[in-house]
Amino acid sequence: MKTLVPPQFRVVRDPERCIQCQVCVNQCSFNAQYFDAEDKVVRTREENCVGCHRCAALCPTRALTITRNPMDYKANLNWKSGDIEDIWRQAESGGMLLTGMGNDKGYRIYWDHLLLNASQVTNPSIDPLREPMELTTYIGRKPDRVHVSADGVKLETTLAPQVKLEIPVMFAAMSYGAVSLNVHESLARAATEMGTLWNTGEGGLHETLYKYGQNTIVQVASGRFGVHSKYLHAGRVVEIKIGQGAKPGIGGHLPGEKVSADVALTRMIPRGSDALSPAPQHDIYSIEDLTQLIYALKEATNYTKPISVKIAAVHNSAAIASGMVRAGADIIVLDGLRGATGAAPKVIRDNVGIPIELALASVDSRLRQEGIRNQASLVISGGIRNSGDVAKAIALGADAVYIGTAALVALGCHVCQQCHTGKCAWGICTTDLGLTRRINPDIGAQRLSNLLRGWGLEIKDMLGGMGVNALESLRGNRLHLRGVGLSDTELEILGVRMAGS
Amino acid sequence: MEKTRTRKTTIDATGIYYRDLNAKLRSLVSQGIEDIEILNAYGQRYIGTDLNKPVTIEITGTPGNDLGSFMDGPTIIVHGNAQDGTGNTMNAGKIIVHGRAGDTTMLSARGGEIYIRDSVGYRAGIHIKEYGDKIPVLVIGGTAQDFVGEYMAGGVLVLLGINVENHPASYIGTGMHGGVIYLRGRVEEHQLGKEVGVAELSETDRVTFTRLVQEYCRHFGNNAEDILKQDFIKLYPKTLRPYGRLYTY
Repeated sequence: MKTLVPPQFRVVRDPERCIQCQVCVNQCSFNAQYFDAEDKVVRTREENCVGCHRCAALCPTRALTITRNPMDYKANLNWKSGDIEDIWRQAESGGMLLTGMGNDKGYRIYWDHLLLNASQVTNPSIDPLREPMELTTYIGRKPDRVHVSADGVKLETTLAPQVKLEIPVMFAAMSYGAVSLNVHESLARAATEMGTLWNTGEGGLHETLYKYGQNTIVQVASGRFGVHSKYLHAGRVVEIKIGQGAKPGIGGHLPGEKVSADVALTRMIPRGSDALSPAPQHDIYSIEDLTQLIYALKEATNYTKPISVKIAAVHNSAAIASGMVRAGADIIVLDGLRGATGAAPKVIRDNVGIPIELALASVDSRLRQEGIRNQASLVISGGIRNSGDVAKAIALGADAVYIGTAALVALGCHVCQQCHTGKCAWGICTTDLGLTRRINPDIGAQRLSNLLRGWGLEIKDMLGGMGVNALESLRGNRLHLRGVGLSDTELEILGVRMAGS
Repeated sequence: MEKTRTRKTTIDATGIYYRDLNAKLRSLVSQGIEDIEILNAYGQRYIGTDLNKPVTIEITGTPGNDLGSFMDGPTIIVHGNAQDGTGNTMNAGKIIVHGRAGDTTMLSARGGEIYIRDSVGYRAGIHIKEYGDKIPVLVIGGTAQDFVGEYMAGGVLVLLGINVENHPASYIGTGMHGGVIYLRGRVEEHQLGKEVGVAELSETDRVTFTRLVQEYCRHFGNNAEDILKQDFIKLYPKTLRPYGRLYTY
């Protein structure tokens, strides 16, 4: 009933090329392509097209081109087309606007205002093709001081549980239900192959994926879906989810349509019922309560696993992070303004939270000032697009990063922002068994591994250029960064100097 | 301080830190001890967490928060009051409290049964869920405070209202989208969440309800007939999808 909203896209079909094979009809899960049985011809309902390119990508004769609908509104810098159309949608429905993926508003991306250093003349750069380069990262609580035996060979300090990452890039929490089992399997296998971790999200862990437990972060969120002793013991890390960058301060509603038989079994809720995650965890109303849950999970896993706590990056993240470390978190995860989601109210996604770069810098600085930075590893997520962003994040103070959207793009996602509809034509963000088959876990795992391999090579190249041979030498070393096009206040919060200074 | 008989052990918890107490429990259970008595509990948290065998733990004194959280099988009997988070996210087993319990009793549980002789605090039975024949049960002899049964996605919650004139709770079953609450007497409409419907108990309800009342009485020595002949109502979710119409695309 979008009576007043013009189509966003035009589907241009080249009649010379189209062979009426109906591949586009079969591929389009949004019913934008259909076969007109009366005229025996393939036609388009442009108002349904979401611009995901599935039809164009699979058209055997390349007969399809998707372009933006050139329908222009009267030029107005205040009222853009999206603002106008959103009002029409709400005027027709009376509901909250729902959307998927991360914030698309164009708030400043600080990664693009930070530049890395390289060695020239006065210090030699290192060629990673000739010399070993170290990306290994250990996440988990580090001791305040270390005692070594008198002969200097034995570590006498008992270390808290540590997890070794071969590359400091992990796959972000995306729940089974939001994404499909084939996506989970692709992530789990790629993480296992590449020596990193993937994260179950809050929808539990499917029975068939327990075998990847050593590379799995199991999440405990407000809905406590699929959380039980065996699940907690299966994972390498247990993560308490307090918040998410795409929707700080609110819970999640997995619509009943996505709660298939298998999702119901994994979450342990009836099929077809909405899976509601309350906004807060109702046993956490304070830092003291957080301590209680952290230690409940440590007791439940007999102190064998690091406990991670994930929050959305918000205005007072630094003070909260300090409390989280003191509460006993071994890993702190900050998810920034541009972090994505399977579904969130648009007004929240677009307007709540702060950019991850600023949150990371302020949390790292605060924990250092308080002398407790060693007590927790710092992981960030929400807007990591390439290995350059990873290197800059490490230099700003992160121990590791999570990638969510980037991982899905590796699997074929075209960022059309329709995750919340459950109709993903690429078979990623859906539980429709007809669509989920479009992801082949063999190929998916391979593509994700390839991405991490490529990023690993690039990070090594950047490190070599800076004249260091271990990621540890870059970590929290903001002298390797310079800012461009930033105000004094921005530079001060980021703790970096202006380029040229 | 420990008397170890075959498969039965007593621990005097006086002055023992919770972590040491729980480590001891783990060790005893792994040795095959099936009956453990804890005397003089004094606020030790997480008793029964990470014990995945059908052992029995009998506690005298006051256990601390998160008693039996994430628990998967044991039976815990408390002679005294329990604190906050009793049976938090528990999966299987039984907790019987000869006294009262604090806030968030049975929060987010997936299975198991909890019987509280007296009343409980705020947010009891929030977001308990069920799948197939795995149905958590929370039977409260007295009453509960606000938000009882909020976001309930399954399970059975019973408020017997013994020695209680009026149920004080507001926001009962707010956001409820599964499960059922049986409650003695009645509550005003303003005390109920918008998603909650009120009905008489059906024949099927009666079967479950009677079984639970009988078990309650077996634990605490009340007369089941006396309880069963009183007026009870059933609170149920009006829809499985309370927020299905909240959004536009």
